[in-house]
Amino acid sequence: MGDLWRYRELIYFMTWRDVKVRYKQTLLGASWAILRPFLTMVVFSIFFGNLAKVPSDGIPYPIYTFTALLPWELFATALSQASRSLVQNTNMVTKIYFPRMILPISSILAGVVDFLVAFLVLIGMMIFYKITPTVYIWTLPLYLLLTLVTALGVGLWLSALNVLYRDINYITPFLTQFWLYITPIAYPVSMIPEKWRLIYALNPMSGVVDGFRWALLGNQQSAPGPMLIVSSVIAVVVLISGLFYFRRMERQFADMV
Amino acid sequence: MSDTVIRVENLGKRYHIGTAVAAYQTLRETLGGSFQKVKEKKTLSDTGDNYIWALRDLNFEVKQGQVLGIIGRNGAGKSTLLKILSRVTYPTEGIAEIQGRVGSLLEVGTGFHPELTGRENIFLNGAILGMKRTEIEKKFDEIVEFSEVEKFIDTPVKRYSSGMYLRLAFAVAAHLEPEILVVDEVLAVGDAEFQRKCLGKMSNVAQQGRTVLFVSHNMSAVLRLTQESLVIEKGRLALRAPTAEAVDYYLSRGYSLEGQRIWQPDEIPEDAAPFQPVSLKVLNTAGIIVDTVRSIEPAIVEMEYMLHAPVTGLRVGMYLISSRGEFVFTSFDTDDPGLFEKFSTRQPGRYISRCVIPADTLNEGRYIIGINASSYKIKRYFQDEQALTFNVDAAGAPGMQWPEPRLGSYRPRLDWEIKRV
Repeated sequence: MGDLWRYRELIYFMTWRDVKVRYKQTLLGASWAILRPFLTMVVFSIFFGNLAKVPSDGIPYPIYTFTALLPWELFATALSQASRSLVQNTNMVTKIYFPRMILPISSILAGVVDFLVAFLVLIGMMIFYKITPTVYIWTLPLYLLLTLVTALGVGLWLSALNVLYRDINYITPFLTQFWLYITPIAYPVSMIPEKWRLIYALNPMSGVVDGFRWALLGNQQSAPGPMLIVSSVIAVVVLISGLFYFRRMERQFADMV
Repeated sequence: MSDTVIRVENLGKRYHIGTAVAAYQTLRETLGGSFQKVKEKKTLSDTGDNYIWALRDLNFEVKQGQVLGIIGRNGAGKSTLLKILSRVTYPTEGIAEIQGRVGSLLEVGTGFHPELTGRENIFLNGAILGMKRTEIEKKFDEIVEFSEVEKFIDTPVKRYSSGMYLRLAFAVAAHLEPEILVVDEVLAVGDAEFQRKCLGKMSNVAQQGRTVLFVSHNMSAVLRLTQESLVIEKGRLALRAPTAEAVDYYLSRGYSLEGQRIWQPDEIPEDAAPFQPVSLKVLNTAGIIVDTVRSIEPAIVEMEYMLHAPVTGLRVGMYLISSRGEFVFTSFDTDDPGLFEKFSTRQPGRYISRCVIPADTLNEGRYIIGINASSYKIKRYFQDEQALTFNVDAAGAPGMQWPEPRLGSYRPRLDWEIKRV
């Protein structure tokens, strides 16, 4: 861990590299950071909002789902990038010593920049729909942190497993899609029966999304209490177990990758 | 002892044979792998059939400020050793203790990103090699100057020529200031002028009292830069001696079977097909295989090989390399345009390519013959840079009335004229 601190500048440079390189040689460049959640929102609004008439706690459906899509996009991108980070940088792993954890960490952090860009769109939409954020907007960074902790925990597992089993490359997209459905993005948490809520909160991202809506849109009266606690505990458990697994496998990376 | 910076004890590193198969096992194999399979694997590993020791029973120490050469054939385990010392991989058994920051030049340019500019890559690569940002900023101009790519520093490196790319990469690595510098075969980079610069840079590092481990196939570079060397053979330490002695031992070892080299099937890489080397011989004028030829007599070099499919544009030839690692000459069997036309496509079969090294050509000493079989710009089928060694005896050669060693690899009999004017 001390090593990680000594190499903190490398985390910065690798993140910076991932950010710089991500949209190189693309026609639309960084607008992809906006387009991805935006287009998803349009599709969701048409099919779930207009056609299926999914309720949205009295908030206009587009902004309701977009608020959830922001942390979700961050999470989903982080997972896919992190899971591939070690394998993609094989030549670094097999030739130079540095704390290997830097690779998944920086690939996750690079997504934060996209998140911030897309956040500007959210602000624009809030102005458009004349929604004032609640006084709890200061809790947003906490939810953001929870997103990153979850992403890192799962990312550590997937990246280390990917070194041994390339199945992970195929599992990750499927996992992400499945995860999208068990997270309240296209529908409100209030659709989940009360007695199942705590089980539902075992998915840390449901706590994150719920918190985001609560802090920004004020769609419910009470703060997300028990659900958020369950989500946070799970996220931390995943992170710690991921750290241990990663550390245990680390010694073999150079030989196995 | 406090001035010991590297201590290696009973070091061993074991790899799976066919790592690729072992590494890319799929989940199904692990999760659903039948009991039978698990059992099978276990018995295999018990008998040791499934593993290969890349390094075994290695013991040595390196003191602060020492410049140590490491020499050995390809696959002897040198790179594995360097990887362990630079903490890229871990030993299977034994200890490798290293004190201080290790800077490795295992391969220059690692972490370079083609889309980033030269400037950006200097910072990125510097950080990957363990430099601080302030350190890189301080040395930035020096690095750029050393690399000779000033004009293109803000161009993405994917537009660089391969030479520029390597020069920039080496420049970053060369400005690292680690306590222990590990260098592996970087001198194959760039033109002669740049190589000279690199060697200069490295001897500077050595003079500053830092420890350097230097791996190279360039014997003259090893001789120039190091006083002491390790010779590694099949994963074991064969010899630790002053470099001159170590180089001599290394060159005399194993390659020459009394003037001929015969390739066993397992020595031939799979991608050599359809070319299959059979043997390489050095013969005297009487047609007898010898390991020592006379400078004043012609020597015959004979390469025998099989072709398993028709090959177009094939050239089979030799490098002659001096014991200091310098190339004396390169020559191919189809150098002559007439022969090249005649053998534009060689049909499958058994071939012998032979040539005569004329009398009064080589100076006394030990020489290495390297073999290359390739089709120009199409494929290099086979290459062995140390196929065979032989000696040249200078008895009777010009100038033998003075029993002193003569400089140079060439010992021609020139027609001198002396006039009083």
